[in-house]
Amino acid sequence: MKWLAPLLLAFVAQPLAAQEAAVTSPYADRQLEDPAQEAAARDLMHSLRCITCQSQSIADSDAPMAADMRSLVRERIAEGQSPDEIRDWLVERYGAYVTFEPELDTTTWPLFAGPLLILLAVGGLAWSRIRRKGRG
Amino acid sequence: MIAELGLLALWLAAGLSGFQLFAAILAGRGAAVLGEAIRPVAVMQGLLAAFAFAMLVWLFARTDLSVALVAQHSHSAKPFVYKLSGAWANHEGSMLLWVMVMAFSGALVALFERRLSVATMRATLGAQAIVTLGFYAFLLISSNPFERLATPAVEGNGLNPLLQDPGLAFHPPTLYFGYVGLSVAFSFAVGALVTGEVGRDFARTMRSWVLAAWVFLTLGIAAGSWWAYYELGWGGWWFWDPVENASLMPWLAATALFHSTSVLASRDALRVWTVMLAVVAFSMAMVGTFLVRSGVLTSVHAFAVDPERGTFILVLLGIFIGGALALFALRAGKIAEGSRFSWKSREASLVVNNVLLTALLGIVLLGTLYPLLTESMGTRVSVGPPYFNPVGAIFFFPLVLAMMVGPLLRWRDTKWTPVVQRLAPAFAAMAFVALLVVIDGRAGLLSGTGLVLAAGLALASLLPLARRKPWRAPLTLWGMVVAHFGLAVTLAGASAESAFIEERLVSLTPGESTRISGWDVTLRGTIPVAGPNWTAIEGELAVSRDGAIATILSPQRRSFWSPPQTTTEAALWTRWNGQLYAVLGEPAESGKRKVRLWWKPFVTLIWYGALLVALGGLLALSGRARSALRRSIAVGRATQRREVA
Repeated sequence: MKWLAPLLLAFVAQPLAAQEAAVTSPYADRQLEDPAQEAAARDLMHSLRCITCQSQSIADSDAPMAADMRSLVRERIAEGQSPDEIRDWLVERYGAYVTFEPELDTTTWPLFAGPLLILLAVGGLAWSRIRRKGRG
Repeated sequence: MIAELGLLALWLAAGLSGFQLFAAILAGRGAAVLGEAIRPVAVMQGLLAAFAFAMLVWLFARTDLSVALVAQHSHSAKPFVYKLSGAWANHEGSMLLWVMVMAFSGALVALFERRLSVATMRATLGAQAIVTLGFYAFLLISSNPFERLATPAVEGNGLNPLLQDPGLAFHPPTLYFGYVGLSVAFSFAVGALVTGEVGRDFARTMRSWVLAAWVFLTLGIAAGSWWAYYELGWGGWWFWDPVENASLMPWLAATALFHSTSVLASRDALRVWTVMLAVVAFSMAMVGTFLVRSGVLTSVHAFAVDPERGTFILVLLGIFIGGALALFALRAGKIAEGSRFSWKSREASLVVNNVLLTALLGIVLLGTLYPLLTESMGTRVSVGPPYFNPVGAIFFFPLVLAMMVGPLLRWRDTKWTPVVQRLAPAFAAMAFVALLVVIDGRAGLLSGTGLVLAAGLALASLLPLARRKPWRAPLTLWGMVVAHFGLAVTLAGASAESAFIEERLVSLTPGESTRISGWDVTLRGTIPVAGPNWTAIEGELAVSRDGAIATILSPQRRSFWSPPQTTTEAALWTRWNGQLYAVLGEPAESGKRKVRLWWKPFVTLIWYGALLVALGGLLALSGRARSALRRSIAVGRATQRREVA
């Protein structure tokens, strides 16, 4: 009968947890009526990090924190806020860590300068080599 | 006793590895007797390491709880397969697996490689000894898998339930085989640098190892992504997570490496660049190991949060790569420049391939390491799909174009017009798909472009076979065609999934239905079920169209008790044109049950494509093996004839 205790526990504990979450975040797992709004919310949710999880977006997480944030995103989209406004608000509150889409600023500029430099350096190198070999 | 035997074998193997290194150095200075000993020592070392690993697997099979590692990671009630895979589903065991495969590969090199000169071969096995010695030291000093407990444990801690899955039982070994293959390529590169013999023989010898490593890496990445797709229960298949990137970076480097190796083998060009890439590829394997094994990223893969190990791997990385680069700086100038070619040649297209792959590698490396850098300076940032997808596409899309054109070009120089004419059907297909994408309007810029390029590449990749009898084409050509076609298939699947995915998040009372992509899904009810080491709530979802039941889906929420953890087991229903993906959520208010449903159009193409890519690699490998066999038979006959005469 070793298996019985966890089974019973699972039955009792899960509904309790669910009720709590349902009261505070109604839109955690409920889609918006308007498909365009839901699509916008979905894109935004996939680009926001669940900050209590390990490398998951809030769209992909079972954590209560992620559920709250999903509800917040959907509610604000429904109110007519733009995804960028919501992202900025969240960044202000939780820091740049919350968004998977780094914005260009004093800390993140190498992320944008890097690819440019790589493009120039490697492209230039290849071009000069091919040209030199072409003449030979 | 078994644990002690394993440890003894490990120490002996480490000792032999040290001897191999000294023998290689002294043989290089004229001690011919020692030189003769290198090959047998390498073989013996491989056998001992394999023996040590077999002992560890045996300990796990018997669940010997007096061994610390077994007590920490196994459990007597675990299914037998996962007892075995438990041997390498942890830090110490996986490092032993790594070192075992590495020593065993060294033995294979020692036994079968006959193309290289004696001096280069010795230097290669010496380099291989340095690398294995580093890993033996790592195992014996900081991660001894055979350590005993003072008092045996009563019961083991069990294995993380997410890892109790066939996909993940074989994902790490597959990746490690790939990493080890790259370490062999690295040894060949160092050997060739030492003697300065960087030529066609070097490339031909290294090519099979790189190709084999690449096949394993491809399969390993595909298995990991498939596992994430169906086991994590969120339907994503690639998230640019650092651990995913850790496996992607060596793959990108290996892809660039075997393309440049093929230029070196066929045309004796790109000598210095190929050696450099071999060093880079192994560095990426080491960086990947560091990221996953050091615990620097706390994530599913990084079980061990222990700075000692991370530092050890970093030091090894510094010694191997720093040493190789120093050697490179000393010797690169002495390597003669290879053959020349025009910019309208296959060589040039492969240079473009290498440039773009290296750039992609640079971006993935930057995006993966940069957050670690800022974190160490006090600012946390996240870099994820919204960064990698568009920035990667800047380099990936031109790469696909190069893949369309490159195989149609000739070595050295090509006339442009016939190539463009041959590509006409591919261009037509691209225009047609572009039109469809625009009319349909659902695809975004990236997924739309992906679909267009996939159509073009799928057709263009077959063109090299078009003007000859396909059954007479060499296996290596078939390999390239199949691999390139496979990439088109994967690209098509990924783009279609991202462009046309449908999502339904609902709370259903038993008997209630919802509709997704033309299918009616009814929640009939939930029932409790039990497995060997878990219990679960299982949902019964009836899928029907026009009232006729098509299938029943049974997604579960499982509760494991050792260690205690809840997982979601998604239910997948595969159709020819996509997959219905169902997840049972938590209970909702007033007796309802949350259900998540996705319709993922053509998502399976992602993994079928990856399998084709790996199959292409296998075909190319067997083509090489067959021609090598023929050559050795021909050589044998020639010797016989000479003897008769």
